[in-house]
Amino acid sequence: MTGTIPLQFFLVISTLMFFIGVFGFLTRRNLITMLMSIELILNSVNINFVAFNKYLFPQHLSGHFFSLIIIAVAAAEAAVAIAIIINIYRNFKSIDVDKVDEMKY
Amino acid sequence: MNILSLFVLVPVLTIVAIVFTKNMKQTRLVSAIGMGIQLVLAAVLIFMYLSERNAGNTATMLFMYDAVWFPTLNIHYTIGVDGISVAMIGLTAIVVFAGVFASWMVEYLSREFFISLILLSSGVFGFFISLDLFTMFLFYEIAVIPMYLLIGIWGSGPKEYSAMKLTLMLMAGSALIMVGLLGIYFNSAPDGGPLNWNLMDISKITIPIEMQRFLFPFTFIGFGILGALFPFHTWSPDGHASAPTAVSMLHAGVLMKLGGYGAFRVAIFLMPEAAHEQAWIFIILTAISVVYGAFGAIWQKDLKYINAYSSVSHCGLVLFAVLMMNETALNGAIIQMISHGLMTALFFALIGMIYGRTHTRMVNEMGGLMKIIPFLGVAWVIGGLASLGLPGLSGFVAEMTVFIGAFQHTDVFHRVVTILAASSIVVTAVYILRVVGMLLFGPIKNEHFLHLEDAKWYERFSTITLIVSIAAIGLAPLWLSDMIGFSLGPIVQKLTGLPFASLF
Amino acid sequence: MTDYSYTILIPLVPLAVFLFIGLTGHKMKPIVSGLIGTAGLAFGAILAYITAISYFWGGHEGAGYASIKAFEIPWLHVTKNLTISLGSLIDPISVMMLVVITTVSLMVHIYSLGYMKGEKGFHRFFAFLSLFSFSMLGLVLATNIFQMYIFWELVGVSSFLLIGFYYEKPSAVAASKKAFIVTRFADLGFLIGILMLSFNTQTFDFQTLVSQTGPAISQPGGAAFMGLSVLTWSLIFIFMGGAGKSAMFPLHIWLPDAMEGPTPVSALIHAATMVVAGVYLVARLFPVYALGAPDALTVVAWVGGISSLFAAVIACTQTDIKRVLAYSTMSQIGYMMLALGVSGYGGHDGLGFMAANFHLFTHAMFKALLFLGAGAVIHAVHNNDMSGMGGLRKYLPWTHATFLIACITIAGIPPLSGFFSKDEILVAAFHHNPVLFYIEYAVAGLTAFYMFRLYYSIFWGKETHYHHTPHEAPLVMIIPLLILAFGSIFAGFLPFEELVTSDGLPFELHTEWAIAIPSVLIALVGITVATIMYRKVTAIPDKIAGSVSHLYKWSYHKFYMDEVYLFVTKKIIFRFISRPIAWFDRHVVDGTMNGIAGVTQFASFNIRNLQSGKVQQYAYVFITGALVLVFIFVFLW
Repeated sequence: MTGTIPLQFFLVISTLMFFIGVFGFLTRRNLITMLMSIELILNSVNINFVAFNKYLFPQHLSGHFFSLIIIAVAAAEAAVAIAIIINIYRNFKSIDVDKVDEMKY
Repeated sequence: MNILSLFVLVPVLTIVAIVFTKNMKQTRLVSAIGMGIQLVLAAVLIFMYLSERNAGNTATMLFMYDAVWFPTLNIHYTIGVDGISVAMIGLTAIVVFAGVFASWMVEYLSREFFISLILLSSGVFGFFISLDLFTMFLFYEIAVIPMYLLIGIWGSGPKEYSAMKLTLMLMAGSALIMVGLLGIYFNSAPDGGPLNWNLMDISKITIPIEMQRFLFPFTFIGFGILGALFPFHTWSPDGHASAPTAVSMLHAGVLMKLGGYGAFRVAIFLMPEAAHEQAWIFIILTAISVVYGAFGAIWQKDLKYINAYSSVSHCGLVLFAVLMMNETALNGAIIQMISHGLMTALFFALIGMIYGRTHTRMVNEMGGLMKIIPFLGVAWVIGGLASLGLPGLSGFVAEMTVFIGAFQHTDVFHRVVTILAASSIVVTAVYILRVVGMLLFGPIKNEHFLHLEDAKWYERFSTITLIVSIAAIGLAPLWLSDMIGFSLGPIVQKLTGLPFASLF
Repeated sequence: MTDYSYTILIPLVPLAVFLFIGLTGHKMKPIVSGLIGTAGLAFGAILAYITAISYFWGGHEGAGYASIKAFEIPWLHVTKNLTISLGSLIDPISVMMLVVITTVSLMVHIYSLGYMKGEKGFHRFFAFLSLFSFSMLGLVLATNIFQMYIFWELVGVSSFLLIGFYYEKPSAVAASKKAFIVTRFADLGFLIGILMLSFNTQTFDFQTLVSQTGPAISQPGGAAFMGLSVLTWSLIFIFMGGAGKSAMFPLHIWLPDAMEGPTPVSALIHAATMVVAGVYLVARLFPVYALGAPDALTVVAWVGGISSLFAAVIACTQTDIKRVLAYSTMSQIGYMMLALGVSGYGGHDGLGFMAANFHLFTHAMFKALLFLGAGAVIHAVHNNDMSGMGGLRKYLPWTHATFLIACITIAGIPPLSGFFSKDEILVAAFHHNPVLFYIEYAVAGLTAFYMFRLYYSIFWGKETHYHHTPHEAPLVMIIPLLILAFGSIFAGFLPFEELVTSDGLPFELHTEWAIAIPSVLIALVGITVATIMYRKVTAIPDKIAGSVSHLYKWSYHKFYMDEVYLFVTKKIIFRFISRPIAWFDRHVVDGTMNGIAGVTQFASFNIRNLQSGKVQQYAYVFITGALVLVFIFVFLW
């Protein structure tokens, strides 16, 4: 199977995902969507980890482990983030990120 | 237990005791007892010191104690006193004691007030006893910080503004001092060997002259800001005007002395070569302080402003004398610090008492008070006479020693500035008599003042303590001057023989 | 040698009295404090007389009178060589001054028991009087110049307190302030002089200073500044202090105003004792002046001569009786200064020195008498202005008699004491400087004129109607008058040429009739003119005043000296120095500090938008930054 799909394909995919995520994070005002964008970014990194692991150090498993840790962290983070979002919604009656700017000056 | 450590410990214990008090009466009683013990301790210390000296102990520092508290940077808790520090400790004990009685009627948050006040005093005591530069700096900061709270919470007028201004300017001074001290620390062993903070050890070596040139202005200006060096004195009028009575007393009476003492003990003592090179700049600045403060005081109407400018003038004379760097002038500088500490504390106490009665500090709104409140009036006149240098009171001794000392320099530059500084005694007389005339004499301007009560017992107590100290120094200055003079010997030895740079 | 260490008690007793009355006076009956004060002074006076008798007539070793340091303790070590001591120095002039001060002070104390009766602050008055006596006695006993300076200042303060005794009266407050500040200004000169002198000689001690082998005289040093030596300059500065205290032109402006104080105070401080401190100072340092710096002595002579003429002219036109006396005092002190200035050192050359001290002595008697007499008049009519008086000789017979004696004495009519002392001064001036000599002749005539103008205006002249009949002063006030009148008459017979001389050795004194007779004639002319003009109410004074109206106006306004000073102090110092400094401090110096704070605040206000609170903005900045870094690291490194 090795050699059938070049590494560049994976990298292109992950780069696309990463920038889609960044774009989404910067442009969407809805907190949930922003959270989803972050997931995209994280997953793009996961793809990179796995791909590089496979192509560069097939005998090691470090990349897989990192991916697994990131997935776990992402899950925990999503839980916390959604909790925060719910709290924000309760306080602001909105999940528009522009309205949540209490922490300025 | 080393007697010197008690000077820090007693205030701390007093603070702990105050925490457990229930009301204002208990608080002030505890404070008075604590500071009374402190005053007794100071008397004991002076006595012990003199008897040690009489017994022939010629060590530079007595009652030394040393303990490491931060080995990584070689920071020690090194304490010890010579005649100069003993004198300053005596001054502090008297002023703090009088200050407690002057704030007898502080009702708003009295516990917190006394805690801050005593914390401040413990910092001052710590400063005067420590010989380790870092520990000294630590205590210095302890003394400066409570000032912000004391003015900001218990002050009057634009108190937040004044507190902020005062704290910021003094902090800027601290920053400069910190740079200076670090520089000294890193040059404390030019020949290799462990770096250290010990004042006495550093005084035995010569810091490289290039470093001195760089570090001296930092250290001197840093301490000079606290000593109201022109043009860094402007925190003083605003700060004093807003501060509550006891705080003004402590601040002008004691805290400003940290500046003079530090400039002398650290800046000049450790970096004499640079001091001689750069002295002329600072001599000009201090001579300006002296005359300028006095002229500035003439035009003021607020009693506290008048006294603040007067402090600028008198403290300028301290730094002026310090920069003259001979035994007589240095002796005069120390006596001037003590004298000014006592009399300015007296003035601020009296201003507080008068303000508490008349609810105004404007001289032009008052008049004829001598008739209504004779005790305070007489005390004011005595304070004024001390301030304008009447023989028999402390100011005269200090000023004359300073002028004679300054006159020992034969070059034209020093002569001119000395005469200029001496001319301030006339201006001082003008503003003191102007205030005395407007405030105490003449017809009574305001009918409401007719029913004012004269001083209460605690006010009398505070006032009399200070007046007696002023008169004691003024009448018999010999023991004090000899005590200081003996300790100046080693310091002067390090200073003499160096050439002065001068303007012309 | 006799032990004179007890002389230290002479000033210390009044000090103790001052402290005692000052601290406990308000609790006792007024009269008790007065009696305590008087008793203290009486004790001092007795000691002073004992000292004088045993010193002058108790036999002495060797020729002449030695100067004896009776007592001395160190007060302050200032430098290795300079020590300020306190002690008592006994020599002819200090003993003479002791007698003068204690006598006049005692008389004034007794007099004040009557004069101040019923005044508020009676005990305060006596406390201050004791303080003054202490300071003045300490001054004359000074063993070194710094002790003198210390007591000099104390004297100034007691004078301040006593002038401002009626502290509710604005004019008294202003006068006391003026007196203190003007003399303080002069004292600055004194201080600078002391600093210079002590630095060059390395001593404060009088005995060392005046010793002919001492550092001051044997090494006066070359020209230092403007052709005069350092010693000369320092002595001129020291004389500035003396001129301030002695109200010499142009530092005299405080003396007339000082008459706001109670009259006994004027008699004691501003006539007999404190104002002659300047004369005493020059006399004390006389050998240094005469041998080390004759130029400084010339300054003394001219300042004295000009002052005496200046004051005599003004005295002719004043109407306040105390002011007339004040200017007369200034004029007479000018005489003394002049006498010192024209004197040489040793033997008959020292005639001027002896004459100055002689005149100081007699002047103290008759001027105190004049002031106390004026006090009795004021006490009787409650008014200072002689235009509101006249014909008082019927009501105040004792006062009238003693006042007349004093007037004759000051005019210099033999055989009263003023004649002798003034005559010696004229002789000394004649041999030294003819210009000054003729000035003094003129002043002698003017003196006689204005004194008798005063005398006639009070006791003769128009019959004034008084609100209530003036009554003679009580006995306690009359007795001092009589004692002083006795002194004025007979003090002239004291053999001063044997007792108080420049070098301590007696010398032969010849009366030079060629000088004495014209001076008496001039005085008589002055008296006659005054008699014609003022004995009866006539139109002559107004006519004369009209014919020399400019001179009259200038003299009446004291040559506008006050206005000049007011201009300098109020306009220049207050307006153009002090106020700008206050403004400068608030706006420029403090403005700079506030400006620094302002700049900081402005900057932080403007960069706070970075902290907008918008997450996406932060992320945007962050990512952009990251990309820039990537770009830099990838392509530019």
